[in-house]
Amino acid sequence: MITAAVQEREHYLNASYGIKSWLLTKDHKRIGLLYLATITLFFFLGGAFATLIRVELLTPQGDLVSSETYNKLFTMHGVAMVFFFLLPSIPATLGNFFLPMMIGARDLAFPRINLLSWYLLVIGGLFSLFAMLAGGVDTGWTFYTPYSTTYSNTWVIATALGIFIAGFSSILTGLNFIVTIHRMRAPGMTWFRMPLFVWSNYATSLIQVLGTPVLAVTIVLVFCERVFHIGIFDPALGGDPVLFQHLFWFYSHPAVYIMVLPGMGVISEVVSVYSRKPVFGYGFVAFSSVAIAVLGFLVWGHHLFVSTQSVYAGMVFSFLSYFVAIPSAIKVFNWTATLYKGSISFDTPMLYAFGFIGLFTIGGLTGLFVASLGIDVHVTDTYFVIAHFHYIMVGGTIMAYLAGLHYWWPKMTGRMYPEGWAKLSALVIFLGFNLTFFPQFILGYLGMPRRYHVYPPEFQVLHVLSTAGASVLAVGYLMPMIYFIWSVRYGKVATANPWGATGLEWKTPSPPPLHNFDEAPVVTHEAYDYSTVMGEVIEVG
Amino acid sequence: MANHKEETLALREQFDTVEQQKDASTLGMWIFLITEIMFFGGMFLAYTIYRSSYPGIFAITSSSLNVYIGAANTVVLLCSSFTMVMAVRSAQLGRQKAIIFNLILTLILGFIFLGVKAYEWNEKFVEHHVPGPGFHFVGIAQQGPAQLFFSLYFAMTGLHALHMVVGVGILTWLIIKTRQGTFTAEYMTPVDVAGLYWHFVDIIWIFLFPLLYLIDRHLK
Amino acid sequence: MGKLPLFPEQASTFAPDVDHLLYFLLAVAVFFTVLIFGAIFYFAIRYRRRSEQELPRLVHTGIALEIVWSVIPFGLTMIMFTWGAAIFFRESRPPDDAIPIYVVGKQWMWKLQHMEGQREINELHVPMGRAIRLTMTSEDVIHSFFVPAFRTKQDVVPGRYSTTWWKPTKPGKYHLFCAEYCGTKHSGMIGWIYVMDPQDYQKWLSAGVQSGSMADNGQKLFQDLACSNCHKPDGSGRCPTLVGLFGKNVQLSDGRTVKADEAYIRESILQPTAKVVAGFQPVMPTFQGLVTEEGVLSLIEYVKSLGPQPAAGANTGVAPVPPSKNASEKR
Repeated sequence: MITAAVQEREHYLNASYGIKSWLLTKDHKRIGLLYLATITLFFFLGGAFATLIRVELLTPQGDLVSSETYNKLFTMHGVAMVFFFLLPSIPATLGNFFLPMMIGARDLAFPRINLLSWYLLVIGGLFSLFAMLAGGVDTGWTFYTPYSTTYSNTWVIATALGIFIAGFSSILTGLNFIVTIHRMRAPGMTWFRMPLFVWSNYATSLIQVLGTPVLAVTIVLVFCERVFHIGIFDPALGGDPVLFQHLFWFYSHPAVYIMVLPGMGVISEVVSVYSRKPVFGYGFVAFSSVAIAVLGFLVWGHHLFVSTQSVYAGMVFSFLSYFVAIPSAIKVFNWTATLYKGSISFDTPMLYAFGFIGLFTIGGLTGLFVASLGIDVHVTDTYFVIAHFHYIMVGGTIMAYLAGLHYWWPKMTGRMYPEGWAKLSALVIFLGFNLTFFPQFILGYLGMPRRYHVYPPEFQVLHVLSTAGASVLAVGYLMPMIYFIWSVRYGKVATANPWGATGLEWKTPSPPPLHNFDEAPVVTHEAYDYSTVMGEVIEVG
Repeated sequence: MANHKEETLALREQFDTVEQQKDASTLGMWIFLITEIMFFGGMFLAYTIYRSSYPGIFAITSSSLNVYIGAANTVVLLCSSFTMVMAVRSAQLGRQKAIIFNLILTLILGFIFLGVKAYEWNEKFVEHHVPGPGFHFVGIAQQGPAQLFFSLYFAMTGLHALHMVVGVGILTWLIIKTRQGTFTAEYMTPVDVAGLYWHFVDIIWIFLFPLLYLIDRHLK
Repeated sequence: MGKLPLFPEQASTFAPDVDHLLYFLLAVAVFFTVLIFGAIFYFAIRYRRRSEQELPRLVHTGIALEIVWSVIPFGLTMIMFTWGAAIFFRESRPPDDAIPIYVVGKQWMWKLQHMEGQREINELHVPMGRAIRLTMTSEDVIHSFFVPAFRTKQDVVPGRYSTTWWKPTKPGKYHLFCAEYCGTKHSGMIGWIYVMDPQDYQKWLSAGVQSGSMADNGQKLFQDLACSNCHKPDGSGRCPTLVGLFGKNVQLSDGRTVKADEAYIRESILQPTAKVVAGFQPVMPTFQGLVTEEGVLSLIEYVKSLGPQPAAGANTGVAPVPPSKNASEKR
């Protein structure tokens, strides 16, 4: 029940009411919630497509849907999940909400551009949604040419347009974050006192700003080719279909770091809070984020090892791909070392963080497999790759996203989520996830290709295991949907700092006031100094 | 606390000082221009790759472009960048009439550029050099790469022209705002960052002109 | 049936190499997974919070530790890189005595042709113990030729040739999959590679339909398309002679030197003005639209037959099938 204390105080949620106050808001916190609603819708849409895919794959024959429909299902699953869920997810929800607060600012540098970013995502989403409902698109989310430009007769243009528009959402968010971090830190908040979540979002923003325009121009060229029938990627007219792959992956490889870096930022925060210790090797973790962003631009050719790219280029890209693995390894070691001699509590965010570290380790290690030319020739375009990237995107990013949502839920809503149900969901998700995707590594090495509607019967047992896991995973994802909504009305009222965390966002009431801080903060100590938030202490370690 | 102070154009509520807002706006525009470099860069890359694959054909098709008109347009844009600089300088000095005068000059030069471009494109249309079913370039056996040259020509100059049109819109808005007395010597950031944008569009053309019109003319 | 396979069969010389690299990667992966999972598990329990007043002391990192756990993984990755790159390099260098097979992929089938003339659809018979080199192209979209038992895969791209090679080591029947999404029946674009004992293969080869070797068909096409009007064997026509051309270095009019391989021949037929031989005029018309991809492959085999022969042409141990009168095919 809403208590008297919450009713009296004004905060960002009750400062104004009505649809207009939300749709025309300039408040980064409200915009964060608008994004939360939008991407959650796309998550469940992408999840619905995934469900149909996994049910179809229970049997070797194509007995649930036709081949045309199946090809649309995996395409739309990828488009919805990558462009309208994963890419915006953490930066646009948790980043928007907490980045200004963490550096002591009242809002982002350009609040109206922030709102525009949200509208661009929604408009882009509507274009793509239209394409999905009007008949679908079947090119794969990677829309390779010349299939996508000349041969497919599905809604390619509408989908591509939707992605193009959403791309500008991403670019403007990145631009906003970079300027905010450079120019709006509170007095005393030096670069090396910033929380690591801010460092991660900074590195992510660099990628968003530099990489996304290349995707945009690639889409423009595909659009021109498809609409005006000119031959940029069409070999019959002297064009080069592999040039498309280079242009596409020049963005889409860094894009995967847009998807994972913010998650890593969340994990840094969570591991620190629930060990009550600063992150081990803060400087190294901060620099590794930037290193990943830079190196991530140099490795796109590892998606083209068997594409008729030259042997020499393949070797260069394989070599560089191993370089980009090292900063990620540095993070994993530093997070683990943070636990050493800490004071560890097992609240739900920490459980998700453990899950992230474990599953990201497995996903990242399998990255070493695909970076190896000899192995990749065998496993590329098989279920091995699918398992690899789902371990990172789902076992990694989505777990980090859930960790962040649970961690910051009390601050955003003023309510606690139910801890028992949350722990149970985390366990269900962890088990369901591994059952879904581990068998796919085996399937891939056995030779089961990607994007196959029907398959040889000897692969069925592994597919059945995978689908069983998917149904468990689906239940796991529904549970937080239900209890988060429940908690907004019935959850325990939250204090300003229920976790004993050190960030500036915890020095303000839950939910925060309209302008974030009642008094302008001045920073006088290092990040993650827990002595400042505790009363009487017993030193350990 | 700056929370509840009245918000002004020069000091919006999320900023602490006028300096901070100015710095942030300028940094924002620079970052946006960097994204534009990456955007155009993709097309420049495609052009470079195909030019090195079909040097002979690209040389012939490139020679069919009117280099005098292209050069004239280049001069027009350079002059417009000069008048834009003058507009920014006038804004720094708070001279309202001078701002409007120079912005209008820039606008006129911008329109001249676009008009000349339209004339060039019409010429291409008449000569059947527009990619599509009606395309035919006389004197080349392989029409494919010839059409490729023109596809890239239209895509690149088209994208540039689109940016010019946006620039023209921005200039118009600036003129209106100046007449309303919005800008002072203390607050002229929009003029400043619009200047940056205009110069950028000019620089893109400085690269486009030699790449499309000038190189390999001697090979013809 | 009751058995859950974890690995595909090893049926080529590459397969054990790739699997051994896999074992190494698996060992490293398992090691680090156990290390991290174990450390988390151990630390979480050993350092669990016992009172709300606990404040852990700061534990300082040292640059030494950070360097150690960067350099050791880096060293391991460099081993992985080198080992994988070595396999990849071998996969890109078919031996000179490899038997050529020609592949045209199209939505949604594989058309394969032996140089002796046998055509196969979605199936390929090959002898065990001989290197087999596939020259492949697509008629439409990008496909990919994937044989899990051989551990090889290569994209099949329209407008160009790609090659792959392997040496089968075990007789049997192995899956062939298309591994690049190509439209509606992508998952139906599958087939079988039949690896046979060499004697069985000879029998199979001779029992095939007598329709002329690829080179014979190429020769017919060469005459039908009037190539012989300009490309005279003694070099007296307007165009260079093709005798002894294949595999040689050719001097071009713009100063470059290129090797006359399959891709060069194909380009010369379809885009003749792209590379003009030094001392000749660019008068050759394009045959784009007048000859299919398979026709081009036959022409290539014909040009190869004009020498210098790659060793494969001479060593199959099978006498060329004499051309029959009624089997002339333009395709």
